[in-house]
Amino acid sequence: MPVSKTPRQEMPRQRPEDRVQNFNEVALGFDEEMAKKEASRCIQCKKPLCVPGCPVNVQIPQFIEMIHEGDYAGAGEKIKETNSLPAVCGRVCPQEEQCEKTCVLGKKGEPVAIGRLERFAVDYQRKAGLKPPLKPEPVGQKVAIVGSGPAGLTCAGDLAKLGYQVTMFEALHAPGGVLVYGIPEFRLPKQIVAEEVEYVKSLGVELVLNAIVGRTLTVDDLFAGGYEAVFLGTGAGLPKFMDIPGENLMGVYSANEWLTRTNLMKAYLFPVYDTPIKCGKRVAVIGGGNVAMDSVRCALRLGAEEAHIVYRRSEVEMPARLEEVENAKEEGVIFEMLTLPVRILGDEKGWVKGLECVRMELGEPDASGRRRPVPRKGSEFIMEVDTMVMALGTSPNPICARTTQGLQVHSWGGLIVDESTGLTTRQGVYAGGDAVTGSATVILAMGAGKAAAQAMDEYLKTKR
Amino acid sequence: MFEISIKRTLTPVTKLFVVRAPLVARKAEAGQFVIVRMGERGERVPLTIADFDREAGTLTIVFQEVGKTTKMLGALQQGDCLTDLVGPLGVPAELPEKGRVLVAGGGVGVAPLLPKVKAMHQRGVDVVSIIGARSADLIILEDEMTAVSSKVYIATDDGSRGLHGFVSDLIKKLLDEDEKFDEIVAVGPLPMMRACVETTRPYGLKTWVSLNPIMVDGTGMCGACRVTVGGETRFCCVDGPMFDGHEVDFKEAMTRSLMYQEEERQAMNTCCCSGGGDCR
Ligand SMILES: Cc1cc2nc3c(=O)[nH]c(=O)nc-3n(C[C@H](O)[C@H](O)[C@H](O)COP(=O)(O)OP(=O)(O)OC[C@H]3O[C@@H](n4cnc5c(N)ncnc54)[C@H](O)[C@@H]3O)c2cc1C
Ligand SMILES: Cc1cc2nc3c(=O)[nH]c(=O)nc-3n(C[C@H](O)[C@H](O)[C@H](O)COP(=O)(O)OP(=O)(O)OC[C@H]3O[C@@H](n4cnc5c(N)ncnc54)[C@H](O)[C@@H]3O)c2cc1C
Ligand code: SF4
Ligand code: FES
Repeated sequence: MPVSKTPRQEMPRQRPEDRVQNFNEVALGFDEEMAKKEASRCIQCKKPLCVPGCPVNVQIPQFIEMIHEGDYAGAGEKIKETNSLPAVCGRVCPQEEQCEKTCVLGKKGEPVAIGRLERFAVDYQRKAGLKPPLKPEPVGQKVAIVGSGPAGLTCAGDLAKLGYQVTMFEALHAPGGVLVYGIPEFRLPKQIVAEEVEYVKSLGVELVLNAIVGRTLTVDDLFAGGYEAVFLGTGAGLPKFMDIPGENLMGVYSANEWLTRTNLMKAYLFPVYDTPIKCGKRVAVIGGGNVAMDSVRCALRLGAEEAHIVYRRSEVEMPARLEEVENAKEEGVIFEMLTLPVRILGDEKGWVKGLECVRMELGEPDASGRRRPVPRKGSEFIMEVDTMVMALGTSPNPICARTTQGLQVHSWGGLIVDESTGLTTRQGVYAGGDAVTGSATVILAMGAGKAAAQAMDEYLKTKR
Repeated sequence: MFEISIKRTLTPVTKLFVVRAPLVARKAEAGQFVIVRMGERGERVPLTIADFDREAGTLTIVFQEVGKTTKMLGALQQGDCLTDLVGPLGVPAELPEKGRVLVAGGGVGVAPLLPKVKAMHQRGVDVVSIIGARSADLIILEDEMTAVSSKVYIATDDGSRGLHGFVSDLIKKLLDEDEKFDEIVAVGPLPMMRACVETTRPYGLKTWVSLNPIMVDGTGMCGACRVTVGGETRFCCVDGPMFDGHEVDFKEAMTRSLMYQEEERQAMNTCCCSGGGDCR
């Protein structure tokens, strides 16, 4: 197996001591020289293993070759053929679990930095100016998309390209789903999300903000209004709490509230922006996923002197992306592993003042295949904290399912669909993304939006 | 766009807007609320739907100027637009079909009460109303309430009109006089609702309250609006805003409502027009 002599190019990043002082993007992106160097590492496999690792089938060796040849904009075009939100994916996809995991170079050394190259190519192309999309021949049928996260945006874009008249309904006052309210600016600049949304709109998609399907309008209203098919990309926005004493004390936030105040409402710019947030000096974030990492890194930027991750398993089991765990460590986040909160203590005014925890050890594997953490007797201790963020995961919001006849859900709230088409238990209603799978990834939500668009097209053709 | 088609000044600090929002008006029910936002840097604030007209596609909101956002709202004129308005949110009130109901509104709380009284009146429920305020000039919507109630009582803190005392004193008086009611609905500031609940508790009379915790999204996504009712955590925006008052943990609700007191003051102080809206 040939191994490249060129080392994998490191991503230039803001220095940790600088970046904890601001919300600007941490990763700065490759320059042309670095991109070319990294692209030269790819050995252009005849049967590339990286491609099947990509949920939306990006033609990886082709676009890398174009970068190698200096055709950066062309590389961007190539990626866009199959990925409708590449500037987002190049920043937040867990590449180490996908394309880079299967890259042959990874067997003996380090895989090609596919994600970083993807980001470089589409950033370059975007700066060079986008080509106006071709307007397709209208087919004369209307479809409704509910939710403007990655699943909804992808489904809407694909259907618009096929000539459907698409309307996207969004509950919040800004489009993008988790990309705007959850993932912080320092990982994914909101300007990039806004540009992706503009692109989808330029395909002819109409966007209706402040419209909650299930409240402002129902799915039945949509059908009555002439929409012939509906896609539900409503995400998994229902927060989980631990049900331990003290959770309603002041200073205890769900990650959703914490991140929404910070990112969507720009509380880090209070009082220039009107929405406040209360970040104390010692913050504990409970959980070990991407949401926990984003929350804890926001805490540092909001002025916390100490920010802790409290996670009941060990570091190897943490579901967060490796890169973000490393970023958090560099920024000074303290990791309390194998630690379970059991009680939150408050002061006489009703504010959090401490967190009682118990240390855990790993026992036998549980249903998830991970070793189950069990409490160690007598290991209780108290952490002094004045702010807490519960990042324990989310489940699908029930509003839509509860108000739509014939929609069936699993006991945990996920919509029941046919896996390959996204068809729900009601005719003409499709769904995909976190609303179906529970919290997952941007790229999987996009893949589901794409598959549903195809199935909806097949279905709508039969009605013409 | 959500255009303000009518603006009325009810008291120096209480304004009424009729806003164009056809989609919301079509679905609105008594007891529900909307979330509005003012300007690109604005905060999301909940306001009860005080009335709606499905045909005209309009909603009525009534608000008291207490902080930066409501002051900025109050500075808007007829013809101006709200940046965002979303709804209807919350569970429609469970209103009785018959019988006799006592309602009590404190301050701006009369506004959220009005659509409920209207709905009950239309069904033939006999509604007795109490309107409370700090002083006579702060009493709002008296004519509107009179039109749909069989009797209207007034209480003012300073005695400038009606009974010199609180609405809860009036409730007690009526109950002691052996007036019979099937239930009570009390809406107003938290201390007022708590007083009403404590007044009716010994009588075992079902008492509905409408809670107003701090909210962000209003769709059950953030958990900011958690309240403890009957020992359980509920999200006011999707499980409420109306709850059985005898089950509500008012102490916790009152504590939580103070969470951003400092920031609310700062927001007013750092705004160069003191919320007048000119500096936007
Ligand atoms: C903090 C955080 C960090 C993350 N980091 C990563 C990462 O690094 N990499 C990665 O791949 N994934 C990450 N994820 C996961 C990823 O963001 C999600 O899997 C993805 O956004 C799901 O897309 P979606 O379109 O299904 O739903 P969402 O993005 O949740 O969008 C759903 C949209 O629907 C709207 N909506 C909901 N109900 C209604 C209704 N009834 N009517 C109208 N609109 C409605 C919502 O307001 C929302 O805008 C992260 C998630 C979070 C919360
Ligand atoms: C379901 C519901 C219905 C409501 N209906 C009405 C109504 O019909 N008329 C009316 O005048 N008021 C109503 N309120 C209260 C109104 O939302 C607050 O007065 C408003 O948010 C104050 O904003 P501010 O920036 O002007 O004041 P601030 O200075 O920010 O706050 C003043 C007070 O309002 C409370 N408050 C602040 N932000 C919020 C928020 N986002 N949500 C709830 N309370 C908050 C605070 O506890 C504080 O005591 C309702 C609240 C809820 C939850
Ligand atoms: S597997 Fe790796 S080396 Fe092979 S084509 Fe893909 S990126 Fe290039
Ligand atoms: S306001 Fe966010 S859950 Fe109720």
